[in-house]
Amino acid sequence: MVKLGVKDLSISYAGERVLEGVNFDIQEHEIFGIIGPANAGKTSFLKAINRMDMFNTEMTVDGEIRFNNVDVSKIRNVYGLRRRIGVVFPLPVGLPLSIYDNVALAPRLGGQKDKAELDIIVERCLTRAALWDEVKDRLDSLGSMLSGGQQQRLTIARALSQDPEMLMLDEFSIAVDPVTTMRIEDVLKELRSEVTIILVTNLVQQARRLADRTAFFLGGRCVEVGVTEDLFTGEVQDQRTRDYVEGRFG
Amino acid sequence: MFEATQLNRKNKTRQRMFSIGLGSMTGLLILPVALIMGMLIYKGAPVISFEFLFTSPTNGMTAGGIFPALLGTVLLVIVALLASVPLGVAAAIYLSEYAPDNWFTRAINLAIINLAGVPSIVHALFGVGAFVIFFKFGTSILAASLTLAIMTLPVVIVATRESLQAVPMAFREACWNMGATRWQTIRSVVLPNAITGILTGVILEVSRTAGETAPIMFTGAAFFLPLLPQGVFDQTMALSLHLFVVSTQVPGMPEQLPFGVALVLISMVLIMNSLSIALRMYLRGKKKW
Repeated sequence: MVKLGVKDLSISYAGERVLEGVNFDIQEHEIFGIIGPANAGKTSFLKAINRMDMFNTEMTVDGEIRFNNVDVSKIRNVYGLRRRIGVVFPLPVGLPLSIYDNVALAPRLGGQKDKAELDIIVERCLTRAALWDEVKDRLDSLGSMLSGGQQQRLTIARALSQDPEMLMLDEFSIAVDPVTTMRIEDVLKELRSEVTIILVTNLVQQARRLADRTAFFLGGRCVEVGVTEDLFTGEVQDQRTRDYVEGRFG
Repeated sequence: MFEATQLNRKNKTRQRMFSIGLGSMTGLLILPVALIMGMLIYKGAPVISFEFLFTSPTNGMTAGGIFPALLGTVLLVIVALLASVPLGVAAAIYLSEYAPDNWFTRAINLAIINLAGVPSIVHALFGVGAFVIFFKFGTSILAASLTLAIMTLPVVIVATRESLQAVPMAFREACWNMGATRWQTIRSVVLPNAITGILTGVILEVSRTAGETAPIMFTGAAFFLPLLPQGVFDQTMALSLHLFVVSTQVPGMPEQLPFGVALVLISMVLIMNSLSIALRMYLRGKKKW
Protein backbone atom coordinates (compact mmCIF):
# COMPACT_ATOMS: atom_id res chain seq x y z
CA MET A 1 0.00 0.00 0.00
CA VAL A 2 1.25 3.48 -0.79
CA LYS A 3 1.77 5.49 2.39
CA LEU A 4 3.00 8.67 0.81
CA GLY A 5 2.53 9.62 -2.81
CA VAL A 6 4.52 12.50 -4.22
CA LYS A 7 3.68 13.94 -7.60
CA ASP A 8 5.31 16.84 -9.45
CA LEU A 9 6.38 18.39 -6.18
CA SER A 10 8.25 21.66 -6.23
CA ILE A 11 9.19 23.96 -3.37
CA SER A 12 10.39 27.54 -3.45
CA TYR A 13 11.42 30.15 -0.90
CA ALA A 14 10.48 33.72 -1.82
CA GLY A 15 10.19 32.71 -5.46
CA GLU A 16 13.48 30.83 -5.56
CA ARG A 17 13.18 27.15 -6.46
CA VAL A 18 14.92 24.82 -4.02
CA LEU A 19 13.33 21.56 -5.12
CA GLU A 20 11.41 20.47 -8.19
CA GLY A 21 10.22 17.50 -10.16
CA VAL A 22 9.89 15.04 -7.30
CA ASN A 23 7.84 11.96 -8.17
CA PHE A 24 7.77 8.77 -6.14
CA ASP A 25 5.64 6.63 -3.86
CA ILE A 26 6.69 5.49 -0.42
CA GLN A 27 5.24 2.13 0.58
CA GLU A 28 3.83 1.36 3.98
CA HIS A 29 6.36 -0.20 6.40
CA GLU A 30 9.29 0.64 4.22
CA ILE A 31 12.40 2.53 5.22
CA PHE A 32 12.82 5.09 2.50
CA GLY A 33 16.22 6.72 2.39
CA ILE A 34 16.95 10.13 0.95
CA ILE A 35 20.59 10.92 0.32
CA GLY A 36 22.25 13.93 -1.20
CA PRO A 37 24.65 16.76 -0.41
CA ALA A 38 23.70 19.94 1.44
CA ASN A 39 21.19 22.25 -0.24
CA ALA A 40 19.67 19.39 -2.18
CA GLY A 41 16.19 20.18 -0.80
CA LYS A 42 15.93 17.20 1.56
CA THR A 43 14.80 19.09 4.67
CA SER A 44 12.40 21.27 2.68
CA PHE A 45 10.86 18.07 1.36
CA LEU A 46 10.16 16.86 4.92
CA LYS A 47 8.70 20.24 5.89
CA ALA A 48 6.29 20.10 2.97
CA ILE A 49 5.03 16.67 4.05
CA ASN A 50 3.78 17.73 7.48
CA ARG A 51 2.77 21.20 6.34
CA MET A 52 5.43 23.11 8.25
CA ASP A 53 5.34 25.56 5.33
CA MET A 54 2.49 27.16 7.29
CA PHE A 55 5.03 28.67 9.66
CA ASN A 56 7.15 30.16 6.91
CA THR A 57 5.35 32.72 4.79
CA GLU A 58 8.10 32.65 2.18
CA MET A 59 7.82 28.92 1.54
CA THR A 60 5.48 27.79 -1.23
CA VAL A 61 4.75 24.21 -2.16
CA ASP A 62 3.34 23.17 -5.54
CA GLY A 63 2.38 19.74 -6.75
CA GLU A 64 0.80 17.00 -4.74
CA ILE A 65 1.68 15.05 -1.62
CA ARG A 66 -0.81 12.37 -0.65
CA PHE A 67 -0.61 10.87 2.84
CA ASN A 68 -2.89 7.83 3.24
CA ASN A 69 -4.18 8.86 -0.17
CA VAL A 70 -5.31 12.28 1.13
CA ASP A 71 -3.86 15.44 -0.38
CA VAL A 72 -2.06 17.11 2.55
CA SER A 73 -2.54 20.60 1.12
CA LYS A 74 -6.29 20.10 1.45
CA ILE A 75 -6.20 18.83 5.04
CA ARG A 76 -7.84 21.36 7.32
CA ASN A 77 -6.82 19.69 10.57
CA VAL A 78 -3.07 19.93 10.03
CA TYR A 79 -2.58 19.16 13.73
CA GLY A 80 -4.11 15.74 13.16
CA LEU A 81 -1.75 15.22 10.22
CA ARG A 82 1.30 16.20 12.26
CA ARG A 83 0.31 13.92 15.11
CA ARG A 84 0.44 10.96 12.71
CA ILE A 85 3.97 11.88 11.62
CA GLY A 86 6.84 11.84 14.11
CA VAL A 87 9.82 14.06 13.31
CA VAL A 88 13.42 13.84 14.51
CA PHE A 89 15.75 16.75 13.80
CA PRO A 90 19.48 16.84 13.01
CA LEU A 91 20.26 18.43 16.37
CA PRO A 92 18.63 16.83 19.40
CA VAL A 93 15.92 18.93 20.98
CA GLY A 94 15.33 18.02 24.60
CA LEU A 95 12.55 20.32 25.68
CA PRO A 96 13.23 22.10 28.98
CA LEU A 97 10.79 19.80 30.75
CA SER A 98 11.40 16.68 32.80
CA ILE A 99 12.24 13.52 30.88
CA TYR A 100 8.80 12.18 31.75
CA ASP A 101 7.04 15.34 30.54
CA ASN A 102 9.06 15.38 27.33
CA VAL A 103 7.59 12.03 26.37
CA ALA A 104 4.15 12.66 27.88
CA LEU A 105 3.75 16.01 26.12
CA ALA A 106 2.34 14.76 22.83
CA PRO A 107 -0.20 12.38 24.44
CA ARG A 108 -1.23 15.16 26.80
CA LEU A 109 -1.68 17.60 23.93
CA GLY A 110 -3.81 14.91 22.35
CA GLY A 111 -6.06 14.90 25.41
CA GLN A 112 -4.65 11.95 27.38
CA LYS A 113 -4.94 12.81 31.08
CA ASP A 114 -4.94 9.39 32.74
CA LYS A 115 -1.71 9.12 34.77
CA ALA A 116 -1.53 5.33 34.60
CA GLU A 117 -1.98 5.43 30.85
CA LEU A 118 0.72 8.09 30.51
CA ASP A 119 3.10 6.02 32.65
CA ILE A 120 2.68 3.12 30.25
CA ILE A 121 3.25 5.31 27.19
CA VAL A 122 6.37 6.92 28.69
CA GLU A 123 7.94 3.60 29.64
CA ARG A 124 7.08 2.00 26.32
CA CYS A 125 8.45 4.87 24.20
CA LEU A 126 11.63 5.27 26.23
CA THR A 127 12.22 1.54 26.06
CA ARG A 128 11.73 1.44 22.31
CA ALA A 129 14.11 4.39 21.93
CA ALA A 130 16.73 2.43 23.94
CA LEU A 131 16.84 5.05 26.66
CA TRP A 132 14.70 3.59 29.44
CA ASP A 133 17.47 1.77 31.31
CA GLU A 134 19.59 4.91 31.49
CA VAL A 135 16.89 7.26 32.76
CA LYS A 136 14.28 5.17 34.56
CA ASP A 137 15.56 6.30 37.98
CA ARG A 138 15.55 9.99 37.13
CA LEU A 139 12.48 10.66 35.05
CA ASP A 140 12.05 13.94 36.92
CA SER A 141 15.34 15.46 35.83
CA LEU A 142 15.48 17.85 32.91
CA GLY A 143 15.43 16.38 29.41
CA SER A 144 17.47 19.30 28.12
CA MET A 145 20.34 18.39 30.47
CA LEU A 146 20.89 14.90 29.07
CA SER A 147 23.92 14.24 26.89
CA GLY A 148 23.56 14.80 23.14
CA GLY A 149 23.12 11.13 22.31
CA GLN A 150 20.59 10.65 25.09
CA GLN A 151 18.68 13.74 24.01
CA GLN A 152 18.46 12.39 20.50
CA ARG A 153 17.00 9.14 21.80
CA LEU A 154 14.66 11.22 23.95
CA THR A 155 13.59 13.05 20.78
CA ILE A 156 12.89 9.70 19.16
CA ALA A 157 10.91 8.57 22.22
CA ARG A 158 8.92 11.79 21.96
CA ALA A 159 8.25 11.21 18.29
CA LEU A 160 7.08 7.67 19.11
CA SER A 161 4.80 8.91 21.89
CA GLN A 162 2.53 10.36 19.22
CA ASP A 163 1.92 6.77 18.10
CA PRO A 164 2.87 7.87 14.58
CA GLU A 165 2.12 6.05 11.34
CA MET A 166 5.21 7.55 9.80
CA LEU A 167 8.55 8.66 11.17
CA MET A 168 10.72 11.27 9.46
CA LEU A 169 14.35 11.41 10.55
CA ASP A 170 16.43 14.30 9.30
CA GLU A 171 20.14 13.47 9.54
CA PHE A 172 19.58 12.21 13.06
CA SER A 173 23.16 11.07 13.58
CA ILE A 174 24.93 14.40 12.99
CA ALA A 175 25.40 15.17 16.67
CA VAL A 176 25.48 11.63 17.97
CA ASP A 177 28.41 9.32 18.67
CA PRO A 178 28.83 6.16 16.57
CA VAL A 179 27.71 3.80 19.35
CA THR A 180 24.48 5.66 19.89
CA THR A 181 24.00 5.86 16.14
CA MET A 182 24.19 2.08 15.88
CA ARG A 183 21.74 1.70 18.76
CA ILE A 184 19.28 4.04 17.09
CA GLU A 185 19.71 2.22 13.81
CA ASP A 186 18.79 -1.03 15.56
CA VAL A 187 15.71 0.69 16.97
CA LEU A 188 14.72 1.81 13.48
CA LYS A 189 15.05 -1.70 12.10
CA GLU A 190 12.66 -2.94 14.78
CA LEU A 191 10.21 -0.13 14.12
CA ARG A 192 10.00 -0.99 10.45
CA SER A 193 7.27 -3.55 11.14
CA GLU A 194 5.02 -0.87 12.62
CA VAL A 195 5.76 2.47 11.01
CA THR A 196 6.85 3.85 7.69
CA ILE A 197 10.19 5.60 7.96
CA ILE A 198 11.69 8.35 5.85
CA LEU A 199 15.38 8.52 6.58
CA VAL A 200 17.17 11.62 5.34
CA THR A 201 20.87 11.11 5.74
CA ASN A 202 24.15 12.44 4.46
CA LEU A 203 25.86 9.18 5.29
CA VAL A 204 25.40 7.01 2.24
CA GLN A 205 26.46 3.93 4.19
CA GLN A 206 23.69 4.57 6.70
CA ALA A 207 21.16 4.54 3.88
CA ARG A 208 22.72 1.33 2.63
CA ARG A 209 22.45 -0.29 6.07
CA LEU A 210 18.84 0.69 6.67
CA ALA A 211 16.87 1.78 3.64
CA ASP A 212 14.84 -0.54 1.44
CA ARG A 213 14.75 2.04 -1.30
CA THR A 214 16.67 5.26 -1.62
CA ALA A 215 16.20 8.51 -3.48
CA PHE A 216 19.15 10.66 -4.49
CA PHE A 217 18.55 14.42 -4.32
CA LEU A 218 21.00 16.80 -5.93
CA GLY A 219 20.81 20.55 -6.34
CA GLY A 220 17.06 20.75 -5.91
CA ARG A 221 16.18 17.75 -8.05
CA CYS A 222 15.39 14.14 -7.37
CA VAL A 223 17.96 12.49 -9.61
CA GLU A 224 17.11 8.89 -9.01
CA VAL A 225 14.95 6.55 -6.95
CA GLY A 226 15.72 2.88 -6.66
CA VAL A 227 16.21 -0.19 -4.51
CA THR A 228 19.05 0.81 -2.20
CA GLU A 229 21.31 -2.11 -3.01
CA ASP A 230 21.10 -1.30 -6.72
CA LEU A 231 22.47 2.16 -6.07
CA PHE A 232 25.55 0.67 -4.51
CA THR A 233 26.13 -2.20 -6.88
CA GLY A 234 26.23 -0.05 -9.95
CA GLU A 235 22.70 -0.65 -11.21
CA VAL A 236 22.21 3.10 -11.46
CA GLN A 237 20.78 5.03 -14.34
CA ASP A 238 22.57 8.27 -13.61
CA GLN A 239 26.30 8.75 -13.47
CA ARG A 240 25.93 11.43 -10.76
CA THR A 241 24.34 8.93 -8.40
CA ARG A 242 27.24 6.55 -8.89
CA ASP A 243 29.74 9.34 -8.29
CA TYR A 244 27.99 10.41 -5.11
CA VAL A 245 27.64 6.99 -3.48
CA GLU A 246 31.21 6.20 -4.35
CA GLY A 247 32.33 9.41 -2.69
CA ARG A 248 33.64 11.17 -5.75
CA PHE A 249 31.82 14.37 -4.82
CA GLY A 250 29.50 15.77 -2.17
CA MET B 1 62.65 34.60 19.76
CA PHE B 2 60.03 36.21 21.93
CA GLU B 3 61.60 39.70 22.17
CA ALA B 4 59.01 42.46 21.93
CA THR B 5 59.15 44.40 18.69
CA GLN B 6 58.45 48.10 18.40
CA LEU B 7 54.89 47.26 17.31
CA ASN B 8 54.36 44.86 20.23
CA ARG B 9 55.38 47.54 22.71
CA LYS B 10 53.15 50.13 21.08
CA ASN B 11 50.16 47.79 21.16
CA LYS B 12 50.82 46.94 24.77
CA THR B 13 50.96 50.59 25.85
CA ARG B 14 47.83 51.39 23.91
CA GLN B 15 46.03 48.38 25.40
CA ARG B 16 46.96 49.50 28.92
CA MET B 17 45.86 53.07 28.19
CA PHE B 18 42.42 51.97 27.07
CA SER B 19 41.98 49.55 29.92
CA ILE B 20 42.71 52.25 32.47
CA GLY B 21 40.75 54.93 30.61
CA LEU B 22 37.60 52.90 30.13
CA GLY B 23 37.87 51.53 33.65
CA SER B 24 38.03 54.94 35.27
CA MET B 25 35.08 56.16 33.18
CA THR B 26 33.10 53.22 34.54
CA GLY B 27 34.26 54.04 38.04
CA LEU B 28 32.89 57.57 37.65
CA LEU B 29 29.42 56.06 37.25
CA ILE B 30 29.40 54.96 40.86
CA LEU B 31 30.10 58.47 42.06
CA PRO B 32 26.65 60.07 41.62
CA VAL B 33 24.88 57.01 43.04
CA ALA B 34 27.17 56.96 46.06
CA LEU B 35 26.84 60.72 46.60
CA ILE B 36 23.04 60.68 46.36
CA MET B 37 22.68 57.72 48.69
CA GLY B 38 25.28 59.11 51.10
CA MET B 39 23.62 62.50 51.34
CA LEU B 40 20.14 61.02 51.72
CA ILE B 41 21.20 58.63 54.44
CA TYR B 42 23.26 61.27 56.25
CA LYS B 43 20.50 63.86 56.27
CA GLY B 44 17.39 61.69 56.10
CA ALA B 45 18.12 58.73 58.33
CA PRO B 46 17.60 60.61 61.64
CA VAL B 47 14.01 61.39 60.61
CA ILE B 48 13.08 57.78 59.85
CA SER B 49 11.20 56.06 62.65
CA PHE B 50 8.18 53.86 63.09
CA GLU B 51 6.02 56.97 63.68
CA PHE B 52 7.41 58.63 60.54
CA LEU B 53 6.39 55.68 58.40
CA PHE B 54 3.04 54.91 59.98
CA THR B 55 1.39 58.19 61.04
CA SER B 56 -0.20 61.05 59.14
CA PRO B 57 1.49 64.41 58.63
CA THR B 58 0.54 67.06 61.18
CA ASN B 59 1.16 70.76 61.71
CA GLY B 60 0.80 71.77 58.06
CA MET B 61 2.98 68.76 57.11
CA THR B 62 5.98 70.13 58.99
CA ALA B 63 5.70 67.32 61.55
CA GLY B 64 4.27 63.82 61.85
CA GLY B 65 4.71 61.00 59.35
CA ILE B 66 4.13 60.10 55.73
CA PHE B 67 1.79 57.12 56.02
CA PRO B 68 -0.92 58.42 53.62
CA ALA B 69 1.68 59.12 50.95
CA LEU B 70 3.36 55.73 51.43
CA LEU B 71 0.03 53.91 51.26
CA GLY B 72 -1.00 56.02 48.27
CA THR B 73 2.10 55.08 46.29
CA VAL B 74 1.54 51.40 47.04
CA LEU B 75 -2.09 51.68 45.90
CA LEU B 76 -1.17 53.56 42.72
CA VAL B 77 1.44 50.95 41.84
CA ILE B 78 -0.90 48.01 42.46
CA VAL B 79 -3.77 49.41 40.39
CA ALA B 80 -1.34 50.42 37.62
CA LEU B 81 0.10 46.88 37.55
CA LEU B 82 -3.37 45.33 37.38
CA ALA B 83 -3.99 47.33 34.23
CA SER B 84 -0.62 47.24 32.49
CA VAL B 85 0.62 43.70 33.14
CA PRO B 86 -2.25 41.75 31.52
CA LEU B 87 -2.40 44.18 28.62
CA GLY B 88 1.37 44.35 28.13
CA VAL B 89 1.97 40.62 28.43
CA ALA B 90 -0.89 39.83 26.05
CA ALA B 91 0.41 42.32 23.50
CA ALA B 92 3.95 40.97 23.81
CA ILE B 93 2.81 37.37 23.34
CA TYR B 94 0.91 38.39 20.23
CA LEU B 95 3.81 40.37 18.81
CA SER B 96 6.37 37.67 19.53
CA GLU B 97 4.42 34.50 18.77
CA TYR B 98 1.59 35.30 16.39
CA ALA B 99 2.12 38.54 14.50
CA PRO B 100 3.24 38.09 10.90
CA ASP B 101 6.17 40.24 9.85
CA ASN B 102 4.33 42.90 7.86
CA TRP B 103 3.93 46.68 7.79
CA PHE B 104 1.19 46.57 10.42
CA THR B 105 3.32 44.73 12.97
CA ARG B 106 6.22 47.05 12.27
CA ALA B 107 3.89 50.03 12.79
CA ILE B 108 2.84 48.62 16.17
CA ASN B 109 6.46 48.11 17.20
CA LEU B 110 7.23 51.67 16.17
CA ALA B 111 4.27 52.90 18.21
CA ILE B 112 5.56 51.08 21.29
CA ILE B 113 9.00 52.61 20.94
CA ASN B 114 7.42 56.04 20.53
CA LEU B 115 5.18 55.50 23.52
CA ALA B 116 8.32 54.88 25.59
CA GLY B 117 9.72 58.18 24.38
CA VAL B 118 6.73 60.37 25.25
CA PRO B 119 7.64 62.75 28.10
CA SER B 120 5.82 62.00 31.33
CA ILE B 121 4.18 65.42 31.49
CA VAL B 122 2.54 64.69 28.12
CA HIS B 123 1.23 61.43 29.56
CA ALA B 124 -0.17 63.50 32.42
CA LEU B 125 -2.08 65.76 30.05
CA PHE B 126 -3.34 62.73 28.14
CA GLY B 127 -4.46 61.20 31.45
CA VAL B 128 -6.41 64.31 32.35
CA GLY B 129 -8.14 64.40 28.98
CA ALA B 130 -8.85 60.69 28.69
CA PHE B 131 -9.43 59.32 32.18
CA VAL B 132 -10.31 62.33 34.34
CA ILE B 133 -12.59 64.10 31.86
CA PHE B 134 -13.66 61.75 29.07
CA PHE B 135 -14.20 58.59 31.13
CA LYS B 136 -15.39 60.75 34.05
CA PHE B 137 -13.17 59.00 36.63
CA GLY B 138 -12.41 62.43 38.12
CA THR B 139 -9.06 63.05 39.74
CA SER B 140 -8.75 59.66 41.38
CA ILE B 141 -6.46 56.72 42.06
CA LEU B 142 -8.00 54.99 39.05
CA ALA B 143 -7.25 57.84 36.66
CA ALA B 144 -3.71 58.28 38.00
CA SER B 145 -2.96 54.55 37.91
CA LEU B 146 -4.24 54.15 34.37
CA THR B 147 -2.06 57.06 33.30
CA LEU B 148 0.93 55.38 34.95
CA ALA B 149 -0.05 52.08 33.35
CA ILE B 150 -0.01 53.52 29.85
CA MET B 151 3.29 55.21 30.53
CA THR B 152 4.96 51.99 31.69
CA LEU B 153 3.31 49.71 29.14
CA PRO B 154 6.37 49.76 26.83
CA VAL B 155 8.56 48.51 29.70
CA VAL B 156 6.34 45.46 30.19
CA ILE B 157 5.93 44.78 26.49
CA VAL B 158 9.63 45.02 25.67
CA ALA B 159 10.73 42.93 28.68
CA THR B 160 8.12 40.25 27.94
CA ARG B 161 8.86 40.15 24.24
CA GLU B 162 12.57 39.81 24.88
CA SER B 163 12.17 36.97 27.35
CA LEU B 164 9.81 35.17 24.95
CA GLN B 165 12.29 35.53 22.14
CA ALA B 166 15.07 34.17 24.33
CA VAL B 167 13.31 30.78 24.21
CA PRO B 168 14.99 28.91 21.34
CA MET B 169 13.01 28.52 18.12
CA ALA B 170 13.86 24.80 18.06
CA PHE B 171 11.59 24.23 21.08
CA ARG B 172 8.64 25.74 19.24
CA GLU B 173 9.37 23.77 16.09
CA ALA B 174 9.58 20.53 18.06
CA CYS B 175 6.13 21.23 19.51
CA TRP B 176 4.57 22.26 16.21
CA ASN B 177 5.93 19.13 14.60
CA MET B 178 4.13 16.95 17.11
CA GLY B 179 0.82 18.58 16.25
CA ALA B 180 0.62 21.28 18.90
CA THR B 181 -1.22 24.48 18.09
CA ARG B 182 0.54 27.78 18.56
CA TRP B 183 -1.28 28.34 21.84
CA GLN B 184 -0.47 24.84 23.16
CA THR B 185 3.17 25.52 22.33
CA ILE B 186 3.14 28.86 24.12
CA ARG B 187 1.34 27.40 27.11
CA SER B 188 3.46 24.27 27.57
CA VAL B 189 6.95 25.32 26.50
CA VAL B 190 7.39 29.02 25.78
CA LEU B 191 5.68 30.73 28.73
CA PRO B 192 7.05 28.49 31.50
CA ASN B 193 10.55 29.35 30.31
CA ALA B 194 9.91 33.05 29.84
CA ILE B 195 7.99 33.71 33.04
CA THR B 196 10.99 34.69 35.09
CA GLY B 197 12.11 37.25 32.54
CA ILE B 198 8.59 38.64 32.45
CA LEU B 199 8.60 38.94 36.26
CA THR B 200 11.87 40.85 36.13
CA GLY B 201 10.28 43.29 33.72
CA VAL B 202 7.27 43.71 35.97
CA ILE B 203 9.43 44.50 38.98
CA LEU B 204 11.36 47.09 36.99
CA GLU B 205 8.04 48.58 36.02
CA VAL B 206 7.09 48.82 39.71
CA SER B 207 10.16 50.88 40.54
CA ARG B 208 9.53 53.15 37.58
CA THR B 209 5.88 53.60 38.51
CA ALA B 210 6.60 54.36 42.15
CA GLY B 211 8.93 57.23 41.34
CA GLU B 212 6.89 59.09 38.73
CA THR B 213 5.48 62.48 39.74
CA ALA B 214 4.24 64.34 36.69
CA PRO B 215 1.66 61.82 35.45
CA ILE B 216 -0.12 61.66 38.80
CA MET B 217 0.05 65.37 39.63
CA PHE B 218 -3.07 66.30 37.65
CA THR B 219 -4.79 62.96 37.58
CA GLY B 220 -5.17 61.77 41.13
CA ALA B 221 -2.47 62.73 43.60
CA ALA B 222 -3.31 65.36 46.17
CA PHE B 223 -1.29 67.98 48.00
CA PHE B 224 -2.70 66.98 51.36
CA LEU B 225 -5.64 64.82 52.46
CA PRO B 226 -6.89 64.55 56.02
CA LEU B 227 -8.35 61.08 55.37
CA LEU B 228 -7.01 57.91 53.76
CA PRO B 229 -8.56 56.98 50.40
CA GLN B 230 -11.60 54.71 50.67
CA GLY B 231 -11.63 53.38 47.10
CA VAL B 232 -10.17 53.77 43.64
CA PHE B 233 -12.34 56.80 42.89
CA ASP B 234 -10.80 58.79 45.73
CA GLN B 235 -7.76 60.98 45.45
CA THR B 236 -4.67 59.97 47.29
CA MET B 237 -1.38 61.35 48.49
CA ALA B 238 1.76 59.88 46.96
CA LEU B 239 5.41 59.80 48.02
CA SER B 240 6.83 61.39 44.90
CA LEU B 241 4.41 64.33 44.96
CA HIS B 242 4.75 64.62 48.73
CA LEU B 243 8.49 65.01 48.29
CA PHE B 244 7.91 67.82 45.79
CA VAL B 245 5.44 69.48 48.15
CA VAL B 246 7.54 69.31 51.31
CA SER B 247 10.68 70.47 49.54
CA THR B 248 9.21 73.46 47.69
CA GLN B 249 5.68 74.38 48.72
CA VAL B 250 5.60 74.56 52.51
CA PRO B 251 7.25 77.41 54.45
CA GLY B 252 8.92 76.58 57.76
CA MET B 253 9.69 73.00 56.83
CA PRO B 254 12.36 71.30 59.00
CA GLU B 255 15.43 70.81 56.84
CA GLN B 256 15.69 67.05 57.30
CA LEU B 257 12.10 66.08 56.55
CA PRO B 258 12.32 66.18 52.73
CA PHE B 259 15.47 64.06 52.91
CA GLY B 260 13.58 61.51 54.99
CA VAL B 261 10.80 61.33 52.39
CA ALA B 262 13.34 61.00 49.60
CA LEU B 263 15.14 58.25 51.48
CA VAL B 264 11.92 56.26 51.88
CA LEU B 265 11.08 56.67 48.20
CA ILE B 266 14.50 55.71 46.93
CA SER B 267 14.69 52.76 49.34
CA MET B 268 11.42 51.44 47.91
CA VAL B 269 12.80 51.69 44.40
CA LEU B 270 16.16 50.18 45.35
CA ILE B 271 14.53 47.27 47.17
CA MET B 272 12.43 46.57 44.09
CA ASN B 273 15.45 46.75 41.80
CA SER B 274 17.51 44.46 44.02
CA LEU B 275 14.61 42.01 44.06
CA SER B 276 14.62 42.00 40.30
CA ILE B 277 18.39 41.48 40.19
CA ALA B 278 18.18 38.67 42.74
CA LEU B 279 15.43 37.03 40.73
CA ARG B 280 17.49 37.23 37.58
CA MET B 281 20.49 35.67 39.29
CA TYR B 282 18.34 32.92 40.74
CA LEU B 283 16.97 32.24 37.26
CA ARG B 284 20.34 32.15 35.65
CA GLY B 285 21.26 29.43 38.11
CA LYS B 286 18.15 27.49 37.17
CA LYS B 287 18.55 27.83 33.44
CA LYS B 288 17.11 24.78 31.83
CA TRP B 289 19.12 24.46 28.67
